[in-house]
Amino acid sequence: MDIHEYQAKELLARYQIHIPRGGLAYSPEQAAYRASEIGGDRWVVKAQIHSGARGKAGGIKLCSSDHEIVEAADAMLGARLVTHQTGPQGKLVSRLYIEEAMDIEREIYLGFVLDRKSERIMIVASSSGGMEIEEIAEAEPDSIIRATVDPGVGMQDFQAREIVFGLGIDNALIGRATQTLLGCYRAFVDYDAAMLEINPLVVTRRGDLLALDAKMSFDENALFRRPHIAEMRDKSQEDQRETYASDRGLSYVGLEGNIGCIINGAGLAMATMDMIKIAGGEPANFLDIGGGASPERVAKSFRAVLRDRQVETILVNIFAGINRCDWVAEGVIKALREVGVPVPLVVRLSGTNMEEGRRILAESGEDIIVAETLAEAADKAVEAWRAFSANKAA
Amino acid sequence: MSILLDKNTRVIVQGLTGKIGSFHTEDMKHYGTNVVGGVTPGKGGHTHLGMPVFNTVKGAVQETGADASIVFVPPPFAADSIMEAADAGIRLCVCITDGIPSQDMIRVKRYMRRYRFEDRMTLIGPNCAGMITPGEAVMGIMPGSIYLPGRIGIVGRSGTLGYEAASQMKALGIGVSTSVGIGGDPVNGSSFKDMLELFEEDPNTDAVLMIGEIGGPQEAEAALWARDHMKKPLIAYIAGLSAPKGRRMGHAGAIISAFGESAQEKVELLKSAGVTIVPTPSSFGETVAEVLSVMNKAA
Repeated sequence: MDIHEYQAKELLARYQIHIPRGGLAYSPEQAAYRASEIGGDRWVVKAQIHSGARGKAGGIKLCSSDHEIVEAADAMLGARLVTHQTGPQGKLVSRLYIEEAMDIEREIYLGFVLDRKSERIMIVASSSGGMEIEEIAEAEPDSIIRATVDPGVGMQDFQAREIVFGLGIDNALIGRATQTLLGCYRAFVDYDAAMLEINPLVVTRRGDLLALDAKMSFDENALFRRPHIAEMRDKSQEDQRETYASDRGLSYVGLEGNIGCIINGAGLAMATMDMIKIAGGEPANFLDIGGGASPERVAKSFRAVLRDRQVETILVNIFAGINRCDWVAEGVIKALREVGVPVPLVVRLSGTNMEEGRRILAESGEDIIVAETLAEAADKAVEAWRAFSANKAA
Repeated sequence: MSILLDKNTRVIVQGLTGKIGSFHTEDMKHYGTNVVGGVTPGKGGHTHLGMPVFNTVKGAVQETGADASIVFVPPPFAADSIMEAADAGIRLCVCITDGIPSQDMIRVKRYMRRYRFEDRMTLIGPNCAGMITPGEAVMGIMPGSIYLPGRIGIVGRSGTLGYEAASQMKALGIGVSTSVGIGGDPVNGSSFKDMLELFEEDPNTDAVLMIGEIGGPQEAEAALWARDHMKKPLIAYIAGLSAPKGRRMGHAGAIISAFGESAQEKVELLKSAGVTIVPTPSSFGETVAEVLSVMNKAA
């Protein structure tokens, strides 16, 4: 789960990480008022969306008067910012963060991630801040410093110092920088973060070390014990199809194609999507109905898939272990009768109670294209989609 | 025996008295698994499904001589249960639970390293379908009927995609020595490489099918190990060819977040390491059959 920049800064400030003075605004007037509260003569208006690279998309504006702040806020609020991380539909700006502008002497990159190879928290730092880490890895690979933390004892002072010296930070700021690194580690652990990035961490002309931008995301499996973090979720930043599905306990990822998928198991779901692609189609979504799915849950999945108006065919592929094909078949019939499925439907059932499931489908009298194998299911789905789409165009 | 599990393995169920634990324990016993008891803290001394229930894993091990455990404990408590098993001298632990926080798993992995390598518990999972040695025993939630006993080892992350592979093989009369689901989490117990090492040593396995997916470094690590150390043929499939970067595809670990983690990149690496690639998820059966026929001709 992602949160906004201002939320991440608020969390980090609790761990003695210095941040510029700032405040949240929901309207241009409020933005100007925040600037007057902060004081000074230069401010930055920052669009709060769940994406990096906001500057290039017009989501960050340096202002030196009330008038400029109001104008910048007016342009950003209600707009959809498109960055290379948001997809073509972009993300809606409904909150702004107004911050005092800083005189920057140098920019540093600082990141904390879960390293899957060492199975530890890894610190990644570079003296070439301000660029994305992928760009740094490309342009200045030698500037990157990495260290992992032994989870038995946590991050040690010397580890923080080694990184700080490696970054060539001024002697006067060594204590501050060490505190910043240790604070980030503690925040990462205490909040069950999955990623924490301060980019850039800046040294100012006044000789302070501050988090100019901050990004955090969290392990969704740990939200049960982090209610304070769970509250920070901003549904307006999510794909609306995904919000609808996740609110109903379905594992769904929206994609760009036309063939809707209802499948059990994440691996089989990915493989079925691949099979659709090999057969010449494009999947509209990933959807795993999970184990032990009731007919109601199957019907719910149809609702979630059909909310996507791009869907022109649905493929149901079930290999039942803990699931039961007869329940899935009942769910399919329920969806056809109660939800209404205005597009072709291909169903492949295999595994537990397969014969019973196939019988229910056959005896329903409903218009269902039945397949026995995965390849046949994908071929039939693509064929049905082509016919439907050609018909629609005509 | 095949790897890790056979009909003599003495299994206890952690979380036996829960709904899910009970349901799958009955299936496992029905298949022939030697389930000898269960652990539910606070329910020690009771009998459940005709088996004794213990408060602690140590107690269960002492009384039943169990050497393996399967964990059906809810996510907030599952990491603790795995560490309890490791401390009680359990040799093999399969954790089915989906939704364990990553930092809990980091702690589990660190904890297990306190034991010498030869005393260290083998952990399978979490977030997996478990494992089966067809015709002998199952520690997991997979339907036993789709596996034919035989001489091909299977190791995969996904449960249902493993079923798909096993049933395609069964349709061609090809059987399985042991099938292991290592689970879809970013930090898990045994890796692909760990299982390849066991299959390579196993006299009852002739070749291995590895079913990977996007995300993480484990398929690459396994491929390099196989290139340098494995004599038996390795066949592999990687799911997620159509998965976009940065999106989590169901499994907590199925996300392309670094270089080399996409399906295309993994397939290229596997190919260059001499691994036979299953080109589509509908050709598991035929690809394994082709490799076997080449082996038979050579023999």
